[in-house]
Amino acid sequence: MVLIETHDLTKHFGTLAAVEGVSLRVEAGEILALLGPNGAGKTTTIRMLASILRPTRGTAQINGFDVVQEPIEVRRSVGFLTEHHGLYTRMRPQEYLEFFGSTHKLATNVIRERTVDLLAQYGLSEASELRLGQFSKGMRQKLILIRALLHDPAVLLLDEPTSAMDPSSAHMVRESISGLRSANRAIVVCTHNLNEAEMLADTIAIILRGRIIALGTPKELKQKLLGDPVMELRLAGSLDGGLRCLPPEIKTLDTGKNWLRYQVAQPEIVNPKVLQAMTEAGVKVVTLSEVERSLEDVYLQVIAEGENNPGREG
Amino acid sequence: MKQSADQVLGTIAGTWIVARREIRDQLRDWRILTPIIILTLFFPLLMNFTAQQAVDFVTRYGAPIIGDRLIPFLLLIVGFFPISISMVIALESFAGERERLSLEPLLATPLTDSQLYLGKMVASLVPPLGAAYLGISVYLVGLALRIDWRPPPQLLLQVLMLTTIQAIVMVSGAVVISSLTTSVRAANLLASFIIIPVAQLIIGESVIMFWARYEVLWWIVVALSLIALVFVRMGLRLFNREELLGKEIDVIDLRWAWQRFWRAFRNGAMTPIEWYKDVLTSSLPSAKWAILITTCILAVGYVIGLQLAETFTLPIDLVNLDAIGEALKNPELSFGSLPGLDWRWVLYNNVRALALATFLGAFSLGVLAEILLMVPIGIIGYFAGNVALAGGDTLYFLAALVLPHGVLEVPAAIIAGAAILRLGLAALSVPKGESLGESWLKSLAEWARIGIGLVLPLLICAAAVEVFITPRIAVWLLAG
Repeated sequence: MVLIETHDLTKHFGTLAAVEGVSLRVEAGEILALLGPNGAGKTTTIRMLASILRPTRGTAQINGFDVVQEPIEVRRSVGFLTEHHGLYTRMRPQEYLEFFGSTHKLATNVIRERTVDLLAQYGLSEASELRLGQFSKGMRQKLILIRALLHDPAVLLLDEPTSAMDPSSAHMVRESISGLRSANRAIVVCTHNLNEAEMLADTIAIILRGRIIALGTPKELKQKLLGDPVMELRLAGSLDGGLRCLPPEIKTLDTGKNWLRYQVAQPEIVNPKVLQAMTEAGVKVVTLSEVERSLEDVYLQVIAEGENNPGREG
Repeated sequence: MKQSADQVLGTIAGTWIVARREIRDQLRDWRILTPIIILTLFFPLLMNFTAQQAVDFVTRYGAPIIGDRLIPFLLLIVGFFPISISMVIALESFAGERERLSLEPLLATPLTDSQLYLGKMVASLVPPLGAAYLGISVYLVGLALRIDWRPPPQLLLQVLMLTTIQAIVMVSGAVVISSLTTSVRAANLLASFIIIPVAQLIIGESVIMFWARYEVLWWIVVALSLIALVFVRMGLRLFNREELLGKEIDVIDLRWAWQRFWRAFRNGAMTPIEWYKDVLTSSLPSAKWAILITTCILAVGYVIGLQLAETFTLPIDLVNLDAIGEALKNPELSFGSLPGLDWRWVLYNNVRALALATFLGAFSLGVLAEILLMVPIGIIGYFAGNVALAGGDTLYFLAALVLPHGVLEVPAAIIAGAAILRLGLAALSVPKGESLGESWLKSLAEWARIGIGLVLPLLICAAAVEVFITPRIAVWLLAG
């Protein structure tokens, strides 16, 4: 079931094209990460998805509702974790959540039950008597996550959920987001944190200057943008013997004293051949493994290509 | 029917959700509570003391009337001081949330624009109005105990209504300002557009109260109620989530403004003829209601002039058509020969009057422009009335001295008045998805199209006729 679908979504502020022709599909149970540098158009995109900003062109449907024609239904379907906490600092958590729950027309007893559960789940029960102004940054972030979850939305839009957080708080929030994945929910995470995107997302959309310049699973993006997998062969002795017995179709990328790296389209076919050749030549193999390529490599390459070629679309 | 009732109930419920939170928040803020408590309790007691001292003093010198007038005036002031806080709260409503970065979560809720706007309004009104009513009560109890003074029920009702409606006017205007600015500082600066007229209003009300013309206060109540309605409607119309969130900085972008204006002014026309056709077929018909309203207003001006002639009648010699005819025979007085009085001078005066009307109309929803345009028509009516009272033929007077150029000048005034009215009302009819600035620039462009395409050519022709043809017709008709 598709919960988020956009087609040619575009937003211009005067002469500035903040978002240009974004088309996306996010299914229930899927997490999409919108990845891009500051000012790329991530926040503008999710503000349009939350029906706060009106698209200049294109369409977007959230949980089957049109963001322009049915904004109230869209906002009811969305839990929006905003980049800034913007808490009402004189309030206590319970009344803060009661306020936002009542805007979603939840019954008071339902709000109370969910609030108690969620505060306990996120370890904030003991802070329930504090004013929000007394909350630490991590506590605030948890609270706005609870705010976004209170009405059990079909779609979660999370704008920079761990920005400016210390590593342990960020880890905790990431764990929480990961735990929110459910069969009935689609999640969009805006971030410029590559590890976070890789850790959380099923699909990654890299956005630059308002355009999606790459879209796919982390594995697909790596394959597509960095080429075939890179294998590393480590030998017990010197590399000379090993190099001589490599099958001719293998192209080495790099070599060291006792190791070499090669790129291969079908490792499941080629690697056994390599190992067999080595064994037959009496060369002792210590390890043969795939070299981990980070999303950072993909990201930097895509951004660099995007910068050099502004017209390109993913 | 049931659906609209549900809609109203839904709006009230959502409004109350917003208002309740805000009121609760305000009642926890000592910076708001302190002045409210002082103005509610201390200030009325000070006014009690002042009233008693003043009454004792003026009675000693045989002028008790001053004391009699001062006490009701202080009643008004005791109510006004707490409500002045309401404007401060309202100015902070959206601009403050934006500064505290709490606006986006609020805008992401399923509340409608009306619920958000009205909720902020109610929240800004309730605590200061409660304080005002309490202050008035404290003042009245104090007076009853000290000098055994009780207000006439009508006066008390007037003061309570004025206090309430003034608060609504200030708050509705301030919430509009707050929703259109990016900072509390900018909102406070723009608040002078509310503070200055309200200060003048209070001065006017003071004069009326010292004059003891309390019945006039009812007219102020009616006028303020209308202004409050206009402001609330304007606020609902202008409230725009996108503007609230999307506008990060207040910068004057003249290039953007010029582009918007020029696009609306051209309206796609490629040649002057195409443009002129568009003015006639698009701009003029779209102003038909404004033209009708302006025509009615000018007609009322003419009738008022006629009636004033009965109250302030001119000496017969001055309006005797035969005497005017005789005077026109004097070659030194013949039109066109007076120094500096040529068609350019007439045109300049008419254009200047319309420019002033535009300036006034743009900031008064078109009202002051219509009043200004009523004046010359009223003067014509006044002279026509005097001619009739002197036994002359009004139609003859009009045909000789007004109609030759009036057939061009009056339509020009009506069309110009209609364009100014639409410009003034632009803030009330901003299309959804458009900002106030965009809408106003479009209306300004429409005004310029009508001004340049229709009004100016009519005024040029009217000025030429007034200088070269009207005098000859006047001489021909009146001087034989």
